[in-house]
Amino acid sequence: MTALTTNLPSVEASPFTPSESSSTIDTSKYKMITENVTVSYGGIDAVKNVTMKFKEKSVTALIGPSGCGKTTFLRCLNRMHDMTKNAKVTGKVMIDDIDLYSKEIDPIYHRRKVGMVFQKPNPFPTMSIYDNVTAGLRLNGVRDKKILDEIVEDSLKMAYLWDEVKNDLKKSAIELSGGQQQRLCIARALAIQPEVLLMDEPASALDPIATQKIEETIIDLKNDYTIIIVTHNMQQAIRVSDYTGFMYLGDLIEFRETKKLFTDPKDELTAKYVQGHFG
Amino acid sequence: MNSIQDRRQEYRSLFKQNVAKRLLVDKSVRIIVFSCVIIAIIPLGSILVEVFKNGLTAISIEFLTETPGSAGSGEGGIGPAIQGTLIIIGLSSMIGVPIGVMSGVFLSEYGDNALARLVRFFNDVFMEFPSIILGIFAFLIIVLVLGHFSVWAGAFALSLIMFPIVARTTEESLKMVPMTYREAGTALGLKKWVITFRIVISAAKSGMVTGILLSVSRIGGETAPLIMTILGSSQFFSSMDTPMDALPLRIWRLSLLPYDSAQLQGWGAALVLIMIILGINLGIKYYFMNKKNRFFGQLIKQRKSITT
Repeated sequence: MTALTTNLPSVEASPFTPSESSSTIDTSKYKMITENVTVSYGGIDAVKNVTMKFKEKSVTALIGPSGCGKTTFLRCLNRMHDMTKNAKVTGKVMIDDIDLYSKEIDPIYHRRKVGMVFQKPNPFPTMSIYDNVTAGLRLNGVRDKKILDEIVEDSLKMAYLWDEVKNDLKKSAIELSGGQQQRLCIARALAIQPEVLLMDEPASALDPIATQKIEETIIDLKNDYTIIIVTHNMQQAIRVSDYTGFMYLGDLIEFRETKKLFTDPKDELTAKYVQGHFG
Repeated sequence: MNSIQDRRQEYRSLFKQNVAKRLLVDKSVRIIVFSCVIIAIIPLGSILVEVFKNGLTAISIEFLTETPGSAGSGEGGIGPAIQGTLIIIGLSSMIGVPIGVMSGVFLSEYGDNALARLVRFFNDVFMEFPSIILGIFAFLIIVLVLGHFSVWAGAFALSLIMFPIVARTTEESLKMVPMTYREAGTALGLKKWVITFRIVISAAKSGMVTGILLSVSRIGGETAPLIMTILGSSQFFSSMDTPMDALPLRIWRLSLLPYDSAQLQGWGAALVLIMIILGINLGIKYYFMNKKNRFFGQLIKQRKSITT
């Protein structure tokens, strides 16, 4: 049994304090670890002391009702809150052995290890499909056309979009359908060769068929990436994830293997939520 | 009984009932809006008609290429003025556009602080400044200091008119670009300036170009600051440190002369100025259109994006 399968204690009973954590946590099995992460907007805590561990090459789903802090927490994992004024993040976010929030870290370098897919498809509107996929590389200085071509094909294949677009890569990205645009965004995120993929309700704006394609993509990507996905859809969490965290009002209530969380929730609140009593 | 049906009836009875009257109001609003447009277009249209009617007769190859003849002779042309206007517009744009664009980028992308609010305020004030004052300013700090009228002074004065307009329109266009593209760029590990200049600006391009063209059109017709700086001349451009002619100056001078032939030349010069401004506008708009979508493609695409 790994620590992940036990119900993580809430804030007060947290076994970790930042000072002893470095010695007690075995980071080798985990790609990312968060410790007592708190995010506040202008003094109001949106995420409270969340401690989680994300296993390498697994899919972790974050579920919970609207406004419970799932997205806010997800955005901590690649320091997206740096862009938001008034947002304050405390605690530790470890990727491999590096604390993402330590002062010596250049967030730009580490964001390249962490790809992100957003709720609404947001391909760059003035760029072609090809340019969208290669944007992260070209604008980071990769010039070699042969390498770019290879990466475009690989990334689009991984995102299951290649067959649909291979003949018109020069077409403008906004001419694609919503589902295709989202898979393009996944390809764009994969192109920078990340190790972790963050997905913020990637299918919430899509129809069931497009959703199914995205889910197939996620399951396939699990072989190579550590994926953390925020979703409103509990069935989706069951379908794609290995571990699930349930958040409520900024607290991480329960975090276990997906099967166990849904069939045998330890916490009363989790039980109520997964049974659909509130949401 | 207070069933849903009852309440529905009650609320519905509150709606305005008179269909005929509502249709009439609807129609009248349409007519009022349309007539206002017509009223606004009439003076504009009549100016254009007048300029074309009077100006066309003056225009000939000699008129466009030669230096002005002696006053009232009806000979010569406005060659130096056309050349001067093109030089001054080009030079002012070379100074005013980069500074304006950069200021706009600052205001939009780095503008969430007290300094930016101050800059934004003064920028707005500056935009409404009477241009003669900017001319006097340029006169004081360049013409008087150097001791002679110069092209530099003119370009400086006009760029002062340009850059607040460019800064403001750039800021507004950049702010229209959804945050989500900046987030996507950030998540790709791009640096902020790369996101700004390679992603955000390219998405805001058409709005920015419109703003720049607006400022070009504005300075193209400015007369007052030029009187104080480049003075006017009847010779072709010779050096940056001597007076130069420009179309607005030439129009102004010609219109003051008591001769019919001179006033006819003034109309001709006005027509040429309008055509130059129009040409610059259309040319640059055309250039910045997506190559694939030039002409009607652009319109079709816009309609598509509205319907989807």
